Amino acid sequence: MMVQAVDSRSVDSGAQAREPRPGVLRRYPQFTISPTILVALLVAWWLATDVLNTPGYIVPPPQDVLRAAVGGLSRSPWDKAGYWYHAAITVWEAVLGFAIGSALGACLGLVLSHWPILGKSWYPYIVGFQSLPKVALAPLMVVWFGFGLEGKVFITAIITFFPVLVNMMAGYQAVEPERIELARSCNASELDLLTKIIIPSCLPFLFAGLGVASVLSILGAVVGEFVGASAGLGMLLMQYNQAMEISPMFAVILLLAVLGFLTNYAVGLVERRYCFWAQRANAMARTDWDRP
Amino acid sequence: MKPMRAADSLDTSTNRAPALILARGLSKTYITASGEVTALKSLDFGEFVSVIGQSGCGKSTLLKVLAGLLPCTTGSVELGGKPLRGPTPEAAVVFQSPVLLPWRTLVDNVLLPIEFRKLPTASYRQSAADLLAMVGLTDFAQRYPFELSGGMQQRAALVRALVQDPRLLLMDEPFGALDAMTREQMNLELLRIWSQSRKTVIFITHSIAEAIFLSDRVIAMTARPGTIADVITIDLPRLRALSSINTERFGRYAAKLRSLLDAQGGMF
Repeated sequence: MMVQAVDSRSVDSGAQAREPRPGVLRRYPQFTISPTILVALLVAWWLATDVLNTPGYIVPPPQDVLRAAVGGLSRSPWDKAGYWYHAAITVWEAVLGFAIGSALGACLGLVLSHWPILGKSWYPYIVGFQSLPKVALAPLMVVWFGFGLEGKVFITAIITFFPVLVNMMAGYQAVEPERIELARSCNASELDLLTKIIIPSCLPFLFAGLGVASVLSILGAVVGEFVGASAGLGMLLMQYNQAMEISPMFAVILLLAVLGFLTNYAVGLVERRYCFWAQRANAMARTDWDRP
Repeated sequence: MKPMRAADSLDTSTNRAPALILARGLSKTYITASGEVTALKSLDFGEFVSVIGQSGCGKSTLLKVLAGLLPCTTGSVELGGKPLRGPTPEAAVVFQSPVLLPWRTLVDNVLLPIEFRKLPTASYRQSAADLLAMVGLTDFAQRYPFELSGGMQQRAALVRALVQDPRLLLMDEPFGALDAMTREQMNLELLRIWSQSRKTVIFITHSIAEAIFLSDRVIAMTARPGTIADVITIDLPRLRALSSINTERFGRYAAKLRSLLDAQGGMF
């Protein structure tokens, strides 16, 4: 059967190697195809502004945005006119809120799942609070916490809390019953059951939630800054907006996208460290032509 | 009801050791939406068996009751003369799937029951290594389960059960998920391990050939409510090889068991 497969292939494509090594595009699409897409998008952007002659106050050409970005990023981190200062503040708000919100979400998800009576009695309120648009709470934060750090951290924590909570609960539900049975057949203590079986089993789900929450954390911080702040990229964005400086606005928006990407990437790195087994097992289960 | 020991009444060979495990008038009733379902009814047996029956006849339920994982509705289980209350180190379970934890290396998986029982893992490392060597997994001790084939994973699960040195091994269709060839290899391996360690084994299966090949005695169960149809003593010489499947006596046992199970009217 194997021989037949090789034969038919060699008939099709002449002197093909027996098992051709996948090309560089197939092996590293993130280093080859992804940058090409970026270039294509930039060219399309440039064409859209240059050929269609769009006014700069609607869509600025990419070179203007680049100039604004270089101008903003070339300043020192302590210069309040530069991007670094505001980016650091936004990231700090996002990271604090993410840490608090996701820690609470993970713990509460575990507690509500492990004690079903708590889970069942709290469930309607959780669903109710989750369907509430959290962004609508942002103005309230100014009333409660003023223009400082706390309000942004609070709104970020609320926004990141739910994806982690929901994923943790889904993860708990997905723990193979045989694993729990195995632990019980060995007279495992409740603590051992939690720490050695249930929590590790939940990790792939937890990291899925953390991945979503990491991107939302930047959103939370920016929304918090929109409604009232003295510093941060969201505040900067509002300032540029009011001054109709569209090019720097685009630069800040792109910077926010990069920050979101980086926080998500950081979560991915941690996941690869602690959840390698789930990824490896999944990768092994995939077919040969999907991966090298 | 008068408790009956299968060992006494059905085994004509002399001088059997006293029963290690004894189940009297056992029944397990699940409360379901459709009312009560009696999954098991009045099972009495002695010390070494393999249990065969149609799917849904309560084989797995029986095993879980014997492992102390499920309470029985009526009746009692005695292990080594003492009533069974919950899981005990005396009895180890091998499940249908290997249930290896993917974040632990093979040797750490094997030592998991030791950790759960708060025993010093250091003093069990040697026996874990010996057992892994016995099933030919020495080179894989530091590997993760996803790097192993299904048969290797199930052998590791067997080692994990043996590392606690239990007196009783409860096996719930442990090779059911393996392909036919691997399954035969695992049967041979299990016989080899059993002949070295001489554990008492209760082996749940739905394969007639597997039951006859492995066991001294086979309990055939009826379905719903699960109860004993018959107990057949398999009088084949020990140190069995796969060729013993082709002998005439093996065929007679198979025909007998098949007719017992067919009498239930199930699909086989």
